[in-house]
Amino acid sequence: MPDQIVTFILQVLNGLKIGSVYALVALGYTMVYGIIKLINFAHGDFIMVGSYALLYTMPIMVSLGMPAWIAVVMAIAICVLVGITVEKVAYKPVRKKGTNMSALITAIAMSLFLENLAQTIFGAAPKPVGTIFTFPDMIIGKVKVNGNTILTIIIGVSVMIALQFFVRKTRLGKSMRAVSEDGQAAILMGINKNRTITMTFAIGSGLAAVASLMYCASYPQATPTIGAMLGLKAFVAAVLGGIGSIPGAMLGGIVIGLVESLSKAYIGDLTGGVITSAFSDAIVFGILIVVLLVKPSGILGKNIGEKV
Amino acid sequence: MNTPVLEAKHLGIAFGGLKAVDDFNITINEGELVGLIGPNGAGKTTVFNLLTGVYQPTEGAFFLNGDKMNGKKMHEVVRAGIARTFQNIRLFKSMTVLENVMVAFEMNYKYKLADAFFRAPRYWKDEEEIKEKAIDLLRIFNLESKADYIANNLPYGQQRKLEIARALATGMKLLLLDEPAAGMNPTETAELLSCINVIRERFGIAILLIEHDMSLVMKICERIVVIDYGVTIARGLPKEIAENPKVIAAYLGADDEMDVEDDTKEGA
Repeated sequence: MPDQIVTFILQVLNGLKIGSVYALVALGYTMVYGIIKLINFAHGDFIMVGSYALLYTMPIMVSLGMPAWIAVVMAIAICVLVGITVEKVAYKPVRKKGTNMSALITAIAMSLFLENLAQTIFGAAPKPVGTIFTFPDMIIGKVKVNGNTILTIIIGVSVMIALQFFVRKTRLGKSMRAVSEDGQAAILMGINKNRTITMTFAIGSGLAAVASLMYCASYPQATPTIGAMLGLKAFVAAVLGGIGSIPGAMLGGIVIGLVESLSKAYIGDLTGGVITSAFSDAIVFGILIVVLLVKPSGILGKNIGEKV
Repeated sequence: MNTPVLEAKHLGIAFGGLKAVDDFNITINEGELVGLIGPNGAGKTTVFNLLTGVYQPTEGAFFLNGDKMNGKKMHEVVRAGIARTFQNIRLFKSMTVLENVMVAFEMNYKYKLADAFFRAPRYWKDEEEIKEKAIDLLRIFNLESKADYIANNLPYGQQRKLEIARALATGMKLLLLDEPAAGMNPTETAELLSCINVIRERFGIAILLIEHDMSLVMKICERIVVIDYGVTIARGLPKEIAENPKVIAAYLGADDEMDVEDDTKEGA
Protein backbone atom coordinates (compact mmCIF):
# COMPACT_ATOMS: atom_id res chain seq x y z
CA MET A 1 0.00 0.00 0.00
CA PRO A 2 1.48 3.37 -0.92
CA ASP A 3 2.24 5.65 2.00
CA GLN A 4 -0.17 8.29 0.79
CA ILE A 5 -3.12 5.96 1.15
CA VAL A 6 -1.99 4.91 4.61
CA THR A 7 -1.81 8.55 5.63
CA PHE A 8 -5.22 9.17 4.13
CA ILE A 9 -6.79 6.28 6.03
CA LEU A 10 -5.24 7.47 9.27
CA GLN A 11 -6.50 10.98 8.65
CA VAL A 12 -10.00 9.68 7.98
CA LEU A 13 -9.88 7.68 11.21
CA ASN A 14 -8.69 10.76 13.07
CA GLY A 15 -11.53 12.70 11.54
CA LEU A 16 -14.02 10.06 12.64
CA LYS A 17 -12.58 10.14 16.13
CA ILE A 18 -12.83 13.88 16.67
CA GLY A 19 -16.04 13.84 14.64
CA SER A 20 -17.70 11.45 17.05
CA VAL A 21 -16.74 13.76 19.91
CA TYR A 22 -18.31 16.67 18.02
CA ALA A 23 -21.34 14.56 17.24
CA LEU A 24 -21.99 13.75 20.90
CA VAL A 25 -21.66 17.39 21.88
CA ALA A 26 -23.75 18.52 18.90
CA LEU A 27 -26.49 16.13 20.05
CA GLY A 28 -26.74 18.07 23.30
CA TYR A 29 -27.14 21.34 21.40
CA THR A 30 -29.66 19.96 18.99
CA MET A 31 -31.83 18.15 21.53
CA VAL A 32 -32.12 21.19 23.76
CA TYR A 33 -32.77 23.41 20.75
CA GLY A 34 -35.39 21.01 19.46
CA ILE A 35 -37.30 21.07 22.68
CA ILE A 36 -37.13 24.67 23.91
CA LYS A 37 -35.66 26.54 20.91
CA LEU A 38 -32.72 27.62 23.00
CA ILE A 39 -29.11 27.48 21.88
CA ASN A 40 -27.48 26.41 25.08
CA PHE A 41 -24.14 28.14 24.83
CA ALA A 42 -23.17 26.70 28.19
CA HIS A 43 -23.31 23.22 26.70
CA GLY A 44 -19.64 23.25 25.69
CA ASP A 45 -18.77 23.97 29.31
CA PHE A 46 -20.50 20.80 30.42
CA ILE A 47 -17.58 19.06 28.71
CA MET A 48 -15.26 21.02 30.93
CA VAL A 49 -17.27 19.96 33.98
CA GLY A 50 -17.01 16.40 32.73
CA SER A 51 -13.25 16.51 32.34
CA TYR A 52 -12.67 17.96 35.82
CA ALA A 53 -15.08 15.41 37.20
CA LEU A 54 -13.03 12.65 35.59
CA LEU A 55 -9.81 14.21 36.82
CA TYR A 56 -10.90 14.30 40.45
CA THR A 57 -13.06 11.21 40.77
CA MET A 58 -10.54 8.87 39.19
CA PRO A 59 -7.97 8.99 42.04
CA ILE A 60 -10.81 8.74 44.57
CA MET A 61 -12.15 5.59 42.93
CA VAL A 62 -8.68 4.08 42.69
CA SER A 63 -7.91 4.87 46.33
CA LEU A 64 -11.21 3.30 47.34
CA GLY A 65 -10.13 0.19 45.51
CA MET A 66 -12.82 0.48 42.89
CA PRO A 67 -12.20 0.11 39.20
CA ALA A 68 -11.31 3.38 37.46
CA TRP A 69 -14.25 3.22 35.06
CA ILE A 70 -16.61 3.98 37.93
CA ALA A 71 -15.17 7.49 37.55
CA VAL A 72 -16.92 7.68 34.18
CA VAL A 73 -20.25 6.92 35.81
CA MET A 74 -19.51 9.56 38.44
CA ALA A 75 -18.53 12.10 35.77
CA ILE A 76 -21.75 11.45 33.87
CA ALA A 77 -23.75 11.82 37.09
CA ILE A 78 -22.01 15.10 37.96
CA CYS A 79 -22.55 16.49 34.46
CA VAL A 80 -26.21 15.51 34.53
CA LEU A 81 -26.59 17.21 37.88
CA VAL A 82 -24.93 20.39 36.63
CA GLY A 83 -27.03 20.35 33.46
CA ILE A 84 -30.29 19.97 35.37
CA THR A 85 -29.26 22.64 37.87
CA VAL A 86 -28.43 25.13 35.11
CA GLU A 87 -31.81 24.46 33.50
CA LYS A 88 -33.77 24.75 36.74
CA VAL A 89 -31.94 27.71 38.24
CA ALA A 90 -31.08 29.80 35.20
CA TYR A 91 -33.11 28.89 32.12
CA LYS A 92 -36.50 27.92 33.45
CA PRO A 93 -37.27 31.17 35.30
CA VAL A 94 -36.05 33.22 32.33
CA ARG A 95 -38.08 31.13 29.89
CA LYS A 96 -41.20 31.74 31.92
CA LYS A 97 -40.80 35.50 32.08
CA GLY A 98 -38.74 36.53 29.12
CA THR A 99 -38.26 36.00 25.45
CA ASN A 100 -36.02 33.64 23.54
CA MET A 101 -33.46 36.41 23.38
CA SER A 102 -33.19 36.77 27.14
CA ALA A 103 -32.81 33.01 27.45
CA LEU A 104 -30.02 33.09 24.87
CA ILE A 105 -28.18 35.80 26.77
CA THR A 106 -28.64 33.82 29.98
CA ALA A 107 -27.01 30.88 28.22
CA ILE A 108 -23.97 32.98 27.32
CA ALA A 109 -23.83 34.21 30.89
CA MET A 110 -23.98 30.63 32.21
CA SER A 111 -21.12 29.70 29.91
CA LEU A 112 -18.93 32.54 31.24
CA PHE A 113 -20.01 31.75 34.78
CA LEU A 114 -19.04 28.09 34.55
CA GLU A 115 -15.68 28.89 32.93
CA ASN A 116 -14.81 31.49 35.55
CA LEU A 117 -16.06 29.32 38.37
CA ALA A 118 -13.80 26.54 37.17
CA GLN A 119 -10.89 28.93 36.95
CA THR A 120 -11.48 30.08 40.52
CA ILE A 121 -11.80 26.57 41.88
CA PHE A 122 -9.24 24.68 39.82
CA GLY A 123 -6.92 27.44 38.61
CA ALA A 124 -6.20 28.43 35.05
CA ALA A 125 -3.32 26.04 34.48
CA PRO A 126 -4.08 22.85 32.55
CA LYS A 127 -4.21 19.73 34.69
CA PRO A 128 -3.37 16.30 33.34
CA VAL A 129 -6.21 13.77 33.23
CA GLY A 130 -5.23 10.17 33.77
CA THR A 131 -6.21 7.53 31.27
CA ILE A 132 -9.04 5.23 32.12
CA PHE A 133 -9.19 2.91 29.20
CA THR A 134 -6.33 1.71 27.12
CA PHE A 135 -6.95 -0.17 23.99
CA PRO A 136 -4.10 -1.89 22.16
CA ASP A 137 -2.96 -0.34 18.90
CA MET A 138 -4.13 -2.23 15.89
CA ILE A 139 -1.96 -3.05 12.94
CA ILE A 140 -3.69 -3.90 9.71
CA GLY A 141 -1.21 -4.33 6.91
CA LYS A 142 0.85 -1.19 6.88
CA VAL A 143 -1.74 0.80 8.78
CA LYS A 144 -1.04 1.19 12.46
CA VAL A 145 -4.12 2.50 14.18
CA ASN A 146 -4.06 4.07 17.59
CA GLY A 147 -6.18 2.08 20.04
CA ASN A 148 -7.73 5.23 21.50
CA THR A 149 -8.97 6.24 18.08
CA ILE A 150 -10.76 2.94 17.62
CA LEU A 151 -12.17 3.05 21.12
CA THR A 152 -13.42 6.62 20.72
CA ILE A 153 -15.17 5.79 17.46
CA ILE A 154 -16.72 2.66 18.96
CA ILE A 155 -18.00 4.52 22.05
CA GLY A 156 -19.31 7.36 19.91
CA VAL A 157 -21.16 5.09 17.50
CA SER A 158 -22.62 2.92 20.28
CA VAL A 159 -23.87 5.92 22.20
CA MET A 160 -25.46 7.31 19.05
CA ILE A 161 -27.20 4.00 18.30
CA ALA A 162 -28.42 3.79 21.88
CA LEU A 163 -29.74 7.33 21.65
CA GLN A 164 -31.60 6.58 18.45
CA PHE A 165 -33.18 3.58 20.12
CA PHE A 166 -34.08 5.69 23.12
CA VAL A 167 -35.66 8.47 21.07
CA ARG A 168 -37.56 6.16 18.70
CA LYS A 169 -38.73 3.47 21.06
CA THR A 170 -39.06 4.59 24.63
CA ARG A 171 -41.89 6.52 26.09
CA LEU A 172 -39.67 9.35 27.28
CA GLY A 173 -37.96 9.53 23.91
CA LYS A 174 -41.28 9.77 22.18
CA SER A 175 -42.46 12.45 24.54
CA MET A 176 -39.29 14.39 23.79
CA ARG A 177 -40.07 14.22 20.10
CA ALA A 178 -43.68 15.17 20.73
CA VAL A 179 -42.72 18.20 22.84
CA SER A 180 -40.24 19.36 20.22
CA GLU A 181 -42.87 19.09 17.48
CA ASP A 182 -45.64 20.87 19.32
CA GLY A 183 -45.22 21.59 22.99
CA GLN A 184 -48.80 22.63 23.63
CA ALA A 185 -50.32 19.66 21.86
CA ALA A 186 -47.90 17.38 23.71
CA ILE A 187 -49.08 18.69 27.07
CA LEU A 188 -52.63 18.04 26.01
CA MET A 189 -51.70 14.43 25.36
CA GLY A 190 -50.78 14.23 29.04
CA ILE A 191 -47.06 14.75 28.57
CA ASN A 192 -45.33 16.50 31.44
CA LYS A 193 -43.44 19.13 29.49
CA ASN A 194 -41.24 20.39 32.30
CA ARG A 195 -40.15 16.90 33.19
CA THR A 196 -39.40 16.19 29.56
CA ILE A 197 -37.27 19.33 29.31
CA THR A 198 -35.38 18.38 32.45
CA MET A 199 -34.71 14.92 31.05
CA THR A 200 -33.49 16.42 27.79
CA PHE A 201 -30.95 18.52 29.66
CA ALA A 202 -29.94 15.47 31.66
CA ILE A 203 -29.33 13.40 28.56
CA GLY A 204 -27.53 16.22 26.75
CA SER A 205 -25.21 16.78 29.71
CA GLY A 206 -24.62 13.06 30.08
CA LEU A 207 -23.56 12.93 26.44
CA ALA A 208 -21.22 15.85 27.09
CA ALA A 209 -19.60 13.85 29.89
CA VAL A 210 -19.07 10.91 27.54
CA ALA A 211 -17.64 13.33 24.99
CA SER A 212 -15.20 14.68 27.56
CA LEU A 213 -14.06 11.14 28.32
CA MET A 214 -13.46 10.56 24.61
CA TYR A 215 -11.75 13.90 24.15
CA CYS A 216 -9.51 13.46 27.19
CA ALA A 217 -8.43 10.08 25.89
CA SER A 218 -6.65 11.94 23.06
CA TYR A 219 -5.92 15.28 24.71
CA PRO A 220 -5.54 14.39 28.38
CA GLN A 221 -5.73 17.87 29.86
CA ALA A 222 -8.45 19.68 31.73
CA THR A 223 -8.62 23.47 31.46
CA PRO A 224 -11.43 25.86 32.37
CA THR A 225 -11.91 26.76 28.69
CA ILE A 226 -11.59 23.28 27.22
CA GLY A 227 -15.25 23.38 26.26
CA ALA A 228 -15.30 26.77 24.57
CA MET A 229 -13.78 25.89 21.20
CA LEU A 230 -15.03 22.32 21.27
CA GLY A 231 -18.51 23.59 22.02
CA LEU A 232 -18.41 26.13 19.20
CA LYS A 233 -17.31 23.55 16.66
CA ALA A 234 -19.98 21.14 17.85
CA PHE A 235 -22.47 23.96 17.49
CA VAL A 236 -21.33 24.42 13.88
CA ALA A 237 -21.83 20.68 13.44
CA ALA A 238 -25.36 20.91 14.81
CA VAL A 239 -26.20 23.78 12.47
CA LEU A 240 -24.61 22.00 9.52
CA GLY A 241 -26.68 18.87 10.16
CA GLY A 242 -29.84 20.88 10.77
CA ILE A 243 -30.31 22.11 14.31
CA GLY A 244 -33.15 20.27 16.01
CA SER A 245 -32.45 17.10 14.04
CA ILE A 246 -30.81 14.26 15.94
CA PRO A 247 -29.48 12.34 12.92
CA GLY A 248 -28.41 15.75 11.59
CA ALA A 249 -26.22 16.38 14.62
CA MET A 250 -24.54 13.01 14.22
CA LEU A 251 -23.92 13.58 10.53
CA GLY A 252 -22.79 17.17 11.08
CA GLY A 253 -20.34 16.10 13.79
CA ILE A 254 -18.74 13.45 11.60
CA VAL A 255 -18.55 15.82 8.62
CA ILE A 256 -16.92 18.60 10.66
CA GLY A 257 -14.46 16.10 12.15
CA LEU A 258 -13.49 14.82 8.71
CA VAL A 259 -13.21 18.31 7.24
CA GLU A 260 -11.01 19.42 10.09
CA SER A 261 -8.72 16.45 10.00
CA LEU A 262 -8.39 16.28 6.20
CA SER A 263 -7.93 20.02 5.84
CA LYS A 264 -5.19 19.93 8.47
CA ALA A 265 -3.45 17.22 6.51
CA TYR A 266 -3.86 18.38 2.95
CA ILE A 267 -4.77 22.03 2.71
CA GLY A 268 -1.14 23.16 2.74
CA ASP A 269 -0.16 20.94 -0.18
CA LEU A 270 -3.32 21.62 -2.14
CA THR A 271 -2.92 25.38 -2.02
CA GLY A 272 0.84 25.36 -2.42
CA GLY A 273 1.36 26.59 1.11
CA VAL A 274 -0.86 29.66 0.79
CA ILE A 275 -3.36 28.31 3.26
CA THR A 276 -1.72 26.32 6.01
CA SER A 277 -3.11 23.79 8.44
CA ALA A 278 -3.36 26.60 10.98
CA PHE A 279 -6.44 27.64 9.02
CA SER A 280 -8.37 24.49 9.80
CA ASP A 281 -10.53 26.25 12.41
CA ALA A 282 -11.25 29.01 9.93
CA ILE A 283 -12.37 26.41 7.43
CA VAL A 284 -14.72 24.86 9.98
CA PHE A 285 -16.30 28.22 10.75
CA GLY A 286 -16.31 29.04 7.05
CA ILE A 287 -18.60 26.03 6.67
CA LEU A 288 -21.00 27.63 9.13
CA ILE A 289 -21.18 30.76 6.97
CA VAL A 290 -21.69 28.75 3.79
CA VAL A 291 -24.44 26.66 5.41
CA LEU A 292 -26.21 29.72 6.68
CA LEU A 293 -26.09 31.25 3.22
CA VAL A 294 -26.94 28.22 1.13
CA LYS A 295 -29.15 26.02 3.28
CA PRO A 296 -29.92 27.69 6.60
CA SER A 297 -31.99 24.74 7.75
CA GLY A 298 -28.95 22.44 7.47
CA ILE A 299 -28.45 19.15 5.66
CA LEU A 300 -31.21 17.22 7.41
CA GLY A 301 -33.14 20.14 8.82
CA LYS A 302 -36.67 20.95 7.92
CA ASN A 303 -37.71 24.25 6.47
CA ILE A 304 -39.96 25.41 9.22
CA GLY A 305 -42.28 28.26 8.52
CA GLU A 306 -43.05 30.53 11.42
CA LYS A 307 -45.78 28.90 13.46
CA VAL A 308 -48.77 31.11 13.93
CA MET B 1 -78.41 10.25 40.27
CA ASN B 2 -75.01 9.73 38.70
CA THR B 3 -72.30 12.33 39.04
CA PRO B 4 -72.08 14.25 35.79
CA VAL B 5 -68.89 13.77 33.78
CA LEU B 6 -68.37 17.50 33.61
CA GLU B 7 -69.84 20.10 35.83
CA ALA B 8 -68.82 23.75 35.57
CA LYS B 9 -70.12 26.15 38.16
CA HIS B 10 -70.00 29.90 37.67
CA LEU B 11 -66.79 29.51 35.70
CA GLY B 12 -65.24 32.81 34.65
CA ILE B 13 -61.99 34.40 33.63
CA ALA B 14 -60.98 38.03 33.31
CA PHE B 15 -57.98 39.30 31.41
CA GLY B 16 -57.28 42.59 33.09
CA GLY B 17 -60.62 44.34 33.13
CA LEU B 18 -62.09 42.28 30.33
CA LYS B 19 -64.32 39.41 31.31
CA ALA B 20 -63.75 36.92 28.52
CA VAL B 21 -66.04 34.35 30.08
CA ASP B 22 -68.49 35.09 32.83
CA ASP B 23 -70.64 32.81 34.95
CA PHE B 24 -70.40 29.81 32.65
CA ASN B 25 -72.39 26.81 33.83
CA ILE B 26 -72.63 23.45 32.18
CA THR B 27 -73.42 19.88 33.09
CA ILE B 28 -72.59 17.01 30.78
CA ASN B 29 -73.55 13.44 31.61
CA GLU B 30 -71.96 10.24 30.45
CA GLY B 31 -72.49 9.64 26.74
CA GLU B 32 -73.96 13.06 26.13
CA LEU B 33 -73.02 15.32 23.27
CA VAL B 34 -73.42 18.99 24.01
CA GLY B 35 -72.81 21.79 21.54
CA LEU B 36 -71.21 25.11 22.43
CA ILE B 37 -71.94 27.78 19.88
CA GLY B 38 -71.69 31.53 19.59
CA PRO B 39 -70.50 34.21 17.21
CA ASN B 40 -66.80 34.71 16.55
CA GLY B 41 -64.96 35.98 19.58
CA ALA B 42 -67.74 34.93 21.92
CA GLY B 43 -65.33 33.05 24.18
CA LYS B 44 -65.93 29.47 23.08
CA THR B 45 -62.28 28.56 22.76
CA THR B 46 -61.59 30.37 26.03
CA VAL B 47 -64.05 27.99 27.68
CA PHE B 48 -62.05 25.09 26.23
CA ASN B 49 -58.85 26.63 27.46
CA LEU B 50 -60.36 26.91 30.93
CA LEU B 51 -61.55 23.32 30.90
CA THR B 52 -58.11 22.02 29.88
CA GLY B 53 -56.06 24.05 32.35
CA VAL B 54 -54.51 26.32 29.72
CA TYR B 55 -56.03 29.22 31.66
CA GLN B 56 -56.82 29.14 35.33
CA PRO B 57 -60.33 30.39 36.01
CA THR B 58 -60.50 33.58 38.06
CA GLU B 59 -63.97 32.61 39.24
CA GLY B 60 -65.93 29.45 39.80
CA ALA B 61 -64.85 25.87 39.50
CA PHE B 62 -65.25 22.81 37.32
CA PHE B 63 -65.42 19.16 38.21
CA LEU B 64 -64.66 15.98 36.34
CA ASN B 65 -66.68 13.11 37.77
CA GLY B 66 -67.01 15.16 40.91
CA ASP B 67 -63.28 15.88 41.28
CA LYS B 68 -62.30 19.49 41.34
CA MET B 69 -60.01 20.36 38.46
CA ASN B 70 -59.10 23.97 39.27
CA GLY B 71 -55.43 24.61 39.79
CA LYS B 72 -54.33 21.46 38.01
CA LYS B 73 -51.64 21.73 35.41
CA MET B 74 -52.51 20.98 31.83
CA HIS B 75 -50.99 17.52 31.65
CA GLU B 76 -52.66 16.63 34.94
CA VAL B 77 -56.04 17.64 33.57
CA VAL B 78 -55.43 15.40 30.56
CA ARG B 79 -54.38 12.50 32.74
CA ALA B 80 -57.50 13.04 34.84
CA GLY B 81 -59.54 12.50 31.69
CA ILE B 82 -60.20 15.62 29.63
CA ALA B 83 -58.85 15.62 26.08
CA ARG B 84 -59.26 18.07 23.27
CA THR B 85 -58.61 18.80 19.65
CA PHE B 86 -57.64 22.18 18.27
CA GLN B 87 -59.20 24.66 15.87
CA ASN B 88 -56.17 24.41 13.65
CA ILE B 89 -54.68 20.96 13.36
CA ARG B 90 -51.82 20.29 15.73
CA LEU B 91 -50.55 16.82 15.04
CA PHE B 92 -46.99 15.69 15.60
CA LYS B 93 -46.37 16.25 11.95
CA SER B 94 -43.19 14.35 11.27
CA MET B 95 -44.18 11.32 13.31
CA THR B 96 -46.11 8.50 11.72
CA VAL B 97 -49.86 8.17 12.11
CA LEU B 98 -49.36 5.20 14.41
CA GLU B 99 -46.78 7.02 16.54
CA ASN B 100 -49.11 9.95 17.02
CA VAL B 101 -51.68 7.68 18.58
CA MET B 102 -49.14 5.59 20.47
CA VAL B 103 -47.62 8.63 22.17
CA ALA B 104 -51.01 9.50 23.56
CA PHE B 105 -51.60 5.92 24.73
CA GLU B 106 -48.21 5.61 26.36
CA MET B 107 -48.52 8.77 28.39
CA ASN B 108 -51.35 7.10 30.20
CA TYR B 109 -49.60 3.79 30.58
CA LYS B 110 -47.90 2.54 33.70
CA TYR B 111 -44.47 1.33 32.71
CA LYS B 112 -41.39 3.25 33.64
CA LEU B 113 -38.22 4.19 31.79
CA ALA B 114 -36.31 1.51 33.65
CA ASP B 115 -38.59 -1.13 32.14
CA ALA B 116 -37.61 0.00 28.69
CA PHE B 117 -33.98 -0.67 29.46
CA PHE B 118 -33.83 -3.39 32.05
CA ARG B 119 -37.03 -5.35 31.84
CA ALA B 120 -37.20 -5.75 28.15
CA PRO B 121 -39.73 -8.62 27.93
CA ARG B 122 -42.40 -6.77 29.84
CA TYR B 123 -41.63 -3.59 27.95
CA TRP B 124 -42.04 -5.23 24.57
CA LYS B 125 -45.22 -6.94 25.67
CA ASP B 126 -46.71 -3.63 26.72
CA GLU B 127 -45.44 -2.02 23.58
CA GLU B 128 -47.19 -4.65 21.47
CA GLU B 129 -50.35 -4.21 23.44
CA ILE B 130 -50.28 -0.45 22.94
CA LYS B 131 -49.63 -0.90 19.26
CA GLU B 132 -52.62 -3.20 18.91
CA LYS B 133 -54.82 -0.78 20.78
CA ALA B 134 -53.58 2.07 18.61
CA ILE B 135 -54.34 0.16 15.43
CA ASP B 136 -57.78 -0.73 16.76
CA LEU B 137 -58.43 2.91 17.29
CA LEU B 138 -57.18 3.84 13.82
CA ARG B 139 -59.51 1.22 12.40
CA ILE B 140 -62.54 3.10 13.74
CA PHE B 141 -61.40 6.08 11.72
CA ASN B 142 -60.50 4.03 8.64
CA LEU B 143 -56.90 5.08 9.09
CA GLU B 144 -55.31 1.69 9.77
CA SER B 145 -54.02 1.39 6.21
CA LYS B 146 -52.25 4.72 6.69
CA ALA B 147 -50.57 3.74 9.98
CA ASP B 148 -47.04 4.14 8.65
CA TYR B 149 -47.64 7.39 6.81
CA ILE B 150 -46.04 10.54 8.12
CA ALA B 151 -48.94 12.49 9.65
CA ASN B 152 -48.20 15.58 7.61
CA ASN B 153 -48.75 13.69 4.36
CA LEU B 154 -52.36 12.80 5.13
CA PRO B 155 -55.13 14.76 3.44
CA TYR B 156 -56.77 17.40 5.58
CA GLY B 157 -59.89 15.45 6.51
CA GLN B 158 -57.84 12.48 7.67
CA GLN B 159 -55.54 14.69 9.71
CA ARG B 160 -58.63 15.92 11.53
CA LYS B 161 -59.72 12.37 12.18
CA LEU B 162 -56.26 11.43 13.37
CA GLU B 163 -56.35 14.31 15.81
CA ILE B 164 -59.56 12.97 17.26
CA ALA B 165 -58.11 9.45 17.39
CA ARG B 166 -55.08 10.78 19.21
CA ALA B 167 -57.28 12.58 21.72
CA LEU B 168 -59.25 9.36 22.28
CA ALA B 169 -56.04 7.49 22.94
CA THR B 170 -55.44 9.49 26.10
CA GLY B 171 -58.28 7.43 27.57
CA MET B 172 -60.35 10.43 28.45
CA LYS B 173 -63.87 10.64 29.83
CA LEU B 174 -64.64 13.98 28.29
CA LEU B 175 -63.67 15.00 24.79
CA LEU B 176 -63.60 18.62 23.74
CA LEU B 177 -63.81 19.10 19.98
CA ASP B 178 -62.91 22.55 18.72
CA GLU B 179 -64.48 23.06 15.29
CA PRO B 180 -63.76 19.57 14.01
CA ALA B 181 -65.56 20.20 10.72
CA ALA B 182 -63.76 23.48 9.95
CA GLY B 183 -62.50 23.49 6.39
CA MET B 184 -63.99 20.12 5.55
CA ASN B 185 -66.01 19.41 2.44
CA PRO B 186 -69.51 17.93 2.82
CA THR B 187 -68.33 14.35 2.26
CA GLU B 188 -65.64 14.71 4.90
CA THR B 189 -68.12 16.31 7.29
CA ALA B 190 -70.56 13.44 6.79
CA GLU B 191 -67.77 10.97 7.48
CA LEU B 192 -66.76 12.88 10.60
CA LEU B 193 -70.35 12.77 11.75
CA SER B 194 -70.49 9.00 11.51
CA CYS B 195 -67.13 8.78 13.28
CA ILE B 196 -68.41 10.85 16.17
CA ASN B 197 -71.44 8.60 16.42
CA VAL B 198 -69.27 5.49 16.41
CA ILE B 199 -66.97 6.72 19.15
CA ARG B 200 -69.91 7.72 21.28
CA GLU B 201 -71.47 4.30 20.98
CA ARG B 202 -68.23 2.49 21.44
CA PHE B 203 -66.64 4.48 24.24
CA GLY B 204 -69.67 6.04 25.92
CA ILE B 205 -67.72 9.24 26.47
CA ALA B 206 -69.12 12.71 26.90
CA ILE B 207 -68.40 15.25 24.20
CA LEU B 208 -68.45 19.02 24.20
CA LEU B 209 -68.41 20.38 20.68
CA ILE B 210 -67.63 23.82 19.31
CA GLU B 211 -68.82 24.11 15.76
CA HIS B 212 -69.81 26.72 13.25
CA ASP B 213 -71.48 24.30 10.90
CA MET B 214 -75.03 24.75 12.18
CA SER B 215 -76.49 21.81 10.31
CA LEU B 216 -73.90 19.57 11.98
CA VAL B 217 -74.61 20.99 15.42
CA MET B 218 -78.37 20.69 15.00
CA LYS B 219 -78.04 17.15 13.76
CA ILE B 220 -75.85 15.59 16.43
CA CYS B 221 -76.04 17.64 19.62
CA GLU B 222 -78.47 16.64 22.30
CA ARG B 223 -78.29 20.00 23.98
CA ILE B 224 -76.78 23.33 23.02
CA VAL B 225 -75.32 26.19 25.01
CA VAL B 226 -75.00 29.56 23.30
CA ILE B 227 -72.57 32.20 24.50
CA ASP B 228 -71.97 35.71 23.29
CA TYR B 229 -69.45 38.19 24.72
CA GLY B 230 -68.57 35.53 27.28
CA VAL B 231 -72.10 35.39 28.67
CA THR B 232 -74.44 32.44 28.29
CA ILE B 233 -77.44 33.71 26.40
CA ALA B 234 -79.36 30.51 25.84
CA ARG B 235 -79.34 26.79 26.53
CA GLY B 236 -81.64 23.97 25.53
CA LEU B 237 -82.57 21.49 22.85
CA PRO B 238 -81.42 22.20 19.29
CA LYS B 239 -84.95 23.00 18.26
CA GLU B 240 -85.44 25.52 21.05
CA ILE B 241 -82.12 27.16 20.26
CA ALA B 242 -82.94 27.51 16.59
CA GLU B 243 -86.06 29.42 17.52
CA ASN B 244 -84.62 31.46 20.37
CA PRO B 245 -84.84 35.17 19.47
CA LYS B 246 -81.76 36.06 21.56
CA VAL B 247 -79.66 33.54 19.64
CA ILE B 248 -80.94 34.76 16.31
CA ALA B 249 -80.16 38.32 17.36
CA ALA B 250 -76.65 37.39 18.49
CA TYR B 251 -75.89 35.62 15.27
CA LEU B 252 -77.50 38.07 12.93
CA GLY B 253 -76.52 40.91 15.21
CA ALA B 254 -72.89 40.24 14.32
CA ASP B 255 -73.72 41.02 10.71
CA ASP B 256 -76.63 43.38 11.28
CA GLU B 257 -74.88 46.53 10.15
CA MET B 258 -74.54 45.03 6.72
CA ASP B 259 -78.10 43.83 6.75
CA VAL B 260 -79.44 47.15 7.86
CA GLU B 261 -77.51 48.92 5.17
CA ASP B 262 -78.80 46.57 2.54
CA ASP B 263 -82.31 47.04 3.83
CA THR B 264 -82.11 50.80 3.63
CA LYS B 265 -80.72 50.65 0.14
CA GLU B 266 -83.55 48.44 -0.91
CA GLY B 267 -86.02 50.66 0.93
CA ALA B 268 -84.68 53.75 -0.78
